[in-house]
Amino acid sequence: MTQAANPVPAIAVQSLTVSFGEGAARIHAVKGVSFAVAEGEVFGIVGESGSGKSTILRVISGLHRDWSGTLTVRGAPVGIRRSKQFYKLVQMVFQDPYGSLHPRQTVDQILAEGLFVQGMGDRERRIQRALYDVGLPAAFRFRYPHQLSGGQRQRVAIARALILEPRILLLDEPTSSLDVSVQAEILNLLRHLRMQQRLSCLLVSHNLAVIAHMCDRLAVMNAGRIVEELDAAQLRAGRADHPYTRQLMRASKGYDRKTAAALVSYD
Amino acid sequence: MSQRAEKPLGWRRWLLAETPWSRLQAELGQAYLAALSFARNRLAIVGLSLVLLLLLIALFAPLLATHAPDAQNLTMRLHPPGAAAWFGTDELGRDIYSRIIYGSRITLGIVSLVIILVGPLGLVIGCAAGYLGGWLDTVMMRLTDVFLAFPRLILALAFVAAIGPGIENAVIAIALTAWPPYARVARAETIALRHSDFVSAARLQGAGALRIIRRQIVPLCVSSVIVRLTLDMSGIILTAAGLGFLGLGAQPPSPEWGAMISSGRRFILDQWWVAFFPGLAICLAGLGFNLLGDGLRDVLDPKQR
Repeated sequence: MTQAANPVPAIAVQSLTVSFGEGAARIHAVKGVSFAVAEGEVFGIVGESGSGKSTILRVISGLHRDWSGTLTVRGAPVGIRRSKQFYKLVQMVFQDPYGSLHPRQTVDQILAEGLFVQGMGDRERRIQRALYDVGLPAAFRFRYPHQLSGGQRQRVAIARALILEPRILLLDEPTSSLDVSVQAEILNLLRHLRMQQRLSCLLVSHNLAVIAHMCDRLAVMNAGRIVEELDAAQLRAGRADHPYTRQLMRASKGYDRKTAAALVSYD
Repeated sequence: MSQRAEKPLGWRRWLLAETPWSRLQAELGQAYLAALSFARNRLAIVGLSLVLLLLLIALFAPLLATHAPDAQNLTMRLHPPGAAAWFGTDELGRDIYSRIIYGSRITLGIVSLVIILVGPLGLVIGCAAGYLGGWLDTVMMRLTDVFLAFPRLILALAFVAAIGPGIENAVIAIALTAWPPYARVARAETIALRHSDFVSAARLQGAGALRIIRRQIVPLCVSSVIVRLTLDMSGIILTAAGLGFLGLGAQPPSPEWGAMISSGRRFILDQWWVAFFPGLAICLAGLGFNLLGDGLRDVLDPKQR
């Protein structure tokens, strides 16, 4: 597929291991995970809470510094510390739009901050353009976050990520804290934007439906390991090999007592 | 453009607009809302009026005073309050009312100097220690522990005794003993904020530690530091008066309120007015700042919004 056309992957992770804590209390959150996100592809990681999927995003974005393994972004190896140029290339959208916007800054200030740090000129036009791209009226530019709804806030957070014109977008459960009708809006917006701007995306979610809607390929994580990689067609056809994936698929169809009673731990 | 047409409907509407058209309008709107909620608190208004009154008195002291503050009139020694001297006279026949009026300048001068020294210092040290952590945090916090372990007045006394009495030295001594609580407040707030998503987002934009502290953290810590400063001003006034009382602050003949009480204590039973009126002035000034601080806390507390 796309991988054949462009052999250098946007993100490549090799035997990534992440641990928290020291001594006996040391917890291995991610245990030797490897995967690659092809250029222009949306790659999903799905798994239950605590499976280590968000930790992988925090490692790639440089927020978590205690890890081992190899990480390359567009063919260039990436170390513990990140440069300003790295953040021009890679941006992230957080899960909770209520926590990811500074409560005392207007939308305008929030969007201008990144432009200023990255030394990008023409701020007026870029801010207007970013608001337009995420479907917010220009009138929202001088509002404070507390004057916006959850979906509007998440649009601002997406605009903040995209205003730096990144090539790679990391999405950490971008719709989990929004209500269902807004979730669909934000997902469609993300789909549209990533087509328009040819972004490579790494999407993390516990929600198989979200992953199925967005992703070309996905990895299923359980207890810090990738148990299976599938592509979208396999997922839709329900062709999964690993029993944990099949259990996840059953669970995502809805709650009933039989499924709940049959849940098994695959740790 | 249609929003512009609404403008003639009045400045209040402009301030409270749901969709401000400039950064200035957005900020003014927020300030107006804060002022509205402040005005709803009656005690805070009392405090604000007392503080404003004090400021006006200090500003217009030469117009308000009936006598020169250090003009002696030995024929009028220890004269009781009356038409000739509204608050009476002291042991050198100086008019106590005029001295209190001029004394407000000294008190406000000490308070504002201490605030200018202490507020930014505590804020910077606290935010830096809290955000950067590590050895800087450890060193700074152990240092604040040392300062906090002593009662403030005792420590200030020791400093003044070491560097010599006088107003400037009193300011330095009070400032040296007053910054640690601000550093602690700012550090506690910073630690609560440093792992929040908006700080992470700023890091992911490539912002350095200094810029994050300045743009993301300080704006959220500043309000609690302001509140604490306002509440502390009465304490600073008392410490300054205490140093004056003990003869280590302002030196005679300057009309510092603490020093005036000190000189009046010899006659406190027979000529009560000599100590009473400066005491009343200290009390009212302290009360004003305290009420103002309470009101500001209700408005500025970031947890309420």
